[in-house]
Amino acid sequence: MDGNRHPAIMLRDLRKSYRQVVALDGLSLAVPPGSITGLLGPNGSGKTTTVSILSTALRPDSGQALVAGLDVTIHPAEVRRLIGFAGQFAAVDPNLTGRENLRLIGRLSRLPRPLARDRADEALERFGLAGAAGRLVRGYSGGMRRRLDVAAALIHRPAVLFLDEPTTGLDPESRTQLWRLVAELAADGTTVLLTTQYLEEADALADRVVIIDRGQVAGEGRPHELRKRIGSAVVALEFADEHAAARAQRRLGAQFPAARRDGPIVRLASEAGSSAVVGAARALTGADDPVAVRIREPSLDDVFLALTSSAARASQPGDAA
Amino acid sequence: MTTTAAARPGPGRAMIAVTDTIDVASRNLRSMLRMPQALVFALIQPVLFVLLFRYAFGGAIHVPGVPYVDYLIPGIFGQAVAFGALGTAVGLATDLRSGLLERFRTLPMSRSAVLAGRTLADLARSLAVVAVMAGIGFAVGFRVHTSALAFLAGLGLVALFGYALSWGCVSLGLRISDPEAAQAAGVPLMFLLVFASGAFVPIATMPGWLQAVAAHQPLTALVTAVRALVLGGPTAGHVLASVIWSCALLAGFSLLAVGQYQRISR
Repeated sequence: MDGNRHPAIMLRDLRKSYRQVVALDGLSLAVPPGSITGLLGPNGSGKTTTVSILSTALRPDSGQALVAGLDVTIHPAEVRRLIGFAGQFAAVDPNLTGRENLRLIGRLSRLPRPLARDRADEALERFGLAGAAGRLVRGYSGGMRRRLDVAAALIHRPAVLFLDEPTTGLDPESRTQLWRLVAELAADGTTVLLTTQYLEEADALADRVVIIDRGQVAGEGRPHELRKRIGSAVVALEFADEHAAARAQRRLGAQFPAARRDGPIVRLASEAGSSAVVGAARALTGADDPVAVRIREPSLDDVFLALTSSAARASQPGDAA
Repeated sequence: MTTTAAARPGPGRAMIAVTDTIDVASRNLRSMLRMPQALVFALIQPVLFVLLFRYAFGGAIHVPGVPYVDYLIPGIFGQAVAFGALGTAVGLATDLRSGLLERFRTLPMSRSAVLAGRTLADLARSLAVVAVMAGIGFAVGFRVHTSALAFLAGLGLVALFGYALSWGCVSLGLRISDPEAAQAAGVPLMFLLVFASGAFVPIATMPGWLQAVAAHQPLTALVTAVRALVLGGPTAGHVLASVIWSCALLAGFSLLAVGQYQRISR
């Protein structure tokens, strides 16, 4: 495909509001072909709006969204031939069989009837649904529905696939199964953009992670790079009260400039949890002892707070920009 | 600017619209047949109306010059397609909520096919219901006084009217987007349409203000035309009035519905 010269997906200063609510506030992004990119962010950050615009289901207020170099608002019909989309809810007809659903979507994706039939059977096989192909989808489990939904999005072999929270509500086994399928697709050259609320999912699947917050990119990079930015462990020191915690934060400041305080808890992000604990113990010698110490893996919240708080600092009032 | 993709050859838009409409309509019909309970419930109400009006109320209603059952059955046809049209609202609201309409908007398919396929499938279902009503009508004593051809022409008017109402229900389903709420909102509207009309009783028995409403509404125009066709008497004016009503509703409702469907993506 000659679209390989372009980034598979390109967003420039994309904006979208719903009445008073700003969903996208100047989002810019480029996704290279053949990659898996994870859009990571909390509810309401603009993830779904982004993929809805890219999949032509929604029009942006301003800015540009290109898929394989084609503007989604100018050439929606051409873009629809290139993309596959699986939304937040498994959009399949519960009163059709799995096979009938796939054939329908295949036909509506402009496959000739015999090809739609063959592709449906292939997809059922590949997604582990061959045994349930003739059963009504209303009898499927959540995981089976979701796999069928993704299979439907792929029936016409799109160059770019959008998945909106593909594993929300799935049991761990179905989730790993879906991850494996998505990884296989990318290995075949499909560009995948998926949204997720789970750092673990972005970690497991994505080559690149884009963190979005309030409709803007708050940070992006390879998952391990992002982790590096916040360290690989979070140490939470709990003190008797807020004052003790504030005093401790000041003493820790030299060694841990990014230490954050939240009430009586001070959080340190670090490369290694044990050295952070030892370092903190030294810095706090002769001051209040913490009442509890916990070491854990950085969560999405930690990455998120680290990136958004630095973004917030960069745009303090008085900043000329 | 990339223009090569836009010039890609393929089947024309009209052809795509036709094949997609057929595919969507057959999906909807198949989906309906997989819920036989829903079909049975769709039949129970009109069947009850036939039996209640024929045997419970019918004795008290006097229509000059015609056996009441012959007067009743054209009204039943109108009632059946009016309530049947609500299926369109429920079906679309269901697809809107399940995300299926969103998926359709991301497919390289004809946009008009989504609504056309829905309304045509619902038309087919309504016609099946009307056929069952006709069978039951004949079983309880309904007789056509004119000809089979006139009877079929009457059914044609019923179908056109039902199709027009179905487009009105597209609008309802897209606006309310909750299947139960769409049903709840539609039922009172249909009750007004059916009972404030000449479907079951002669308008002349109503108080003056209600007569004014009932005499000038599309369901009355429909049942008057169908009665003229199956019972005899002057027909041309009544048939024309009903055709004009139905076409005007169809045009208005479909414009409204298509506009609403396009606005979903704004």
